[in-house]
Amino acid sequence: MKHITSLKVAVFTACMLPLGWMVYDGFQHNLTADPIEELLHRTGIWTLRILLVTLAMTPLKILTGSALFIRIRRMLGLFTFFYASLHMVIYVWLDLGLDWGHFLEDVIERPYITVGMLAWLLMLPMAITSNKRMIRKLGKAWKRLHQTIYLVIGLGCLHFLWLVKSDLTEPLIYTGIGLTLLLIRIIHYVHGRRKTRVAENRHPQT
Amino acid sequence: MKFKNTHVDHQVTDEATYLNRRQLIQAGVMGTAALMSPSAWSLTLPKHQTNDAFVIDELTSEKDATTYNNFYEFGLSKSDPAENAGSLKTAPWTVTIEGLCENKGQFDIEQLVKQFQLEERIYRMRCVEAWSMVIPWLGFKLADLVKFCQPLSAAKYIYFETLYDPKQMPGQRGRSIPWPYREGLRLDEAMNELTLMTVGMYGKKLPNQNGAPLRLIVPWKYGFKGIKSIVKIKFLDQQPVNSWQAIAPQEYGFYANVNPQVDHPRWSQATERRITGGFSLFNSRIKTQMFNGYGDYVADLYKGMDLSRYY
Repeated sequence: MKHITSLKVAVFTACMLPLGWMVYDGFQHNLTADPIEELLHRTGIWTLRILLVTLAMTPLKILTGSALFIRIRRMLGLFTFFYASLHMVIYVWLDLGLDWGHFLEDVIERPYITVGMLAWLLMLPMAITSNKRMIRKLGKAWKRLHQTIYLVIGLGCLHFLWLVKSDLTEPLIYTGIGLTLLLIRIIHYVHGRRKTRVAENRHPQT
Repeated sequence: MKFKNTHVDHQVTDEATYLNRRQLIQAGVMGTAALMSPSAWSLTLPKHQTNDAFVIDELTSEKDATTYNNFYEFGLSKSDPAENAGSLKTAPWTVTIEGLCENKGQFDIEQLVKQFQLEERIYRMRCVEAWSMVIPWLGFKLADLVKFCQPLSAAKYIYFETLYDPKQMPGQRGRSIPWPYREGLRLDEAMNELTLMTVGMYGKKLPNQNGAPLRLIVPWKYGFKGIKSIVKIKFLDQQPVNSWQAIAPQEYGFYANVNPQVDHPRWSQATERRITGGFSLFNSRIKTQMFNGYGDYVADLYKGMDLSRYY
């Protein structure tokens, strides 16, 4: 039990570091000549990174057999939502100066903003239902709801790919990692079904 | 003559600022010497005067304008040029003039610049990425250079090329752009009184990361038209293809006039983030002006043209 507590503290601290770093650089006037752009970029990139780490937990459990990874998954998911929300606040408040007309126009007319907004909206119900009470209450529906995360990573990568001016290397790396994590799950799922079927055939009911 | 550093308080007085070389060095020492790149460029900036027609109050700080640059020849990130441009050798520097003109040849930069009257002009600079700065440039009218070259009547366009030398420009080892960087203007745009061949900024010679020793400034167009570290100028009878147009023709055109009504296919051009002298974390967007606010000088050039087609 102590084990898992210290692990959680470590994960929590690690996830706070990017924010601490931004605040520190802010006070040092070290956020480039265009601090809003810099903060948008950093919060965006950390959203994607922590989301990928979140998605890596199940494959890691599959590969290592250790359930510890599942114990920290919720916290990682919530940190993903936290950085995505910071990203949104910086965009709407600092960048647009709370000009909601401009915001609506952006969401409707700029595909990369449309998908980014959609990704954040899809995370919202997951963040709200990420407690034990809701897990119990929703049962099987909870699992289905939280599978939306695959859609979110797809939209997140698309958001990044569409906003880059010329060099696609970085967003393609993130997309590649996302696809790899998804592939591990698919292989595991297909493999698992085949095993179940074989098992069913060996011990036919009745 | 007394040197007055008019930019310290981000104000430009209407008092004429005359400089000679020794005072320039002093200015460097007094001001932000540490920020100046250690370039070997030996050009002596001749006497020049601030053009009062182009005074704007709040300047971008020299630090921001010299450390936040798009210059892919030195790397893709905006801090790369200031970090990597030290490898560029700007002396000796030769500019080749060729194509449809009488006065062709290879010209030493120092000899060439001596032919023209330098002046300081404060211009807004609007990047196609929707941020902007206000910068005091030092330069001479491109119109004067064009006259010096004596173009033939068949010449309708002017074309520029940046240096291609991956040893000096490490970014050219990658393939982000088909090198060398290319730009062009219609000859009447080149002759417009706003178009400036630039050799300095903030009262000093250009730092390497800002396009030393010679760059173009076209203030009513997006910043990427302002080709840096020019080695070739050519007069043409046909419209050249500029680099960004070659990379993504559906996103970047030949004209690239600042136009809040014509959006980039992926983002809005209606507003911009102005990078000022101070800490700009709480500077929300401002409205972008048609022709970057220089419509009185240039709108006539595009009469009758569909600017959403010729973007």
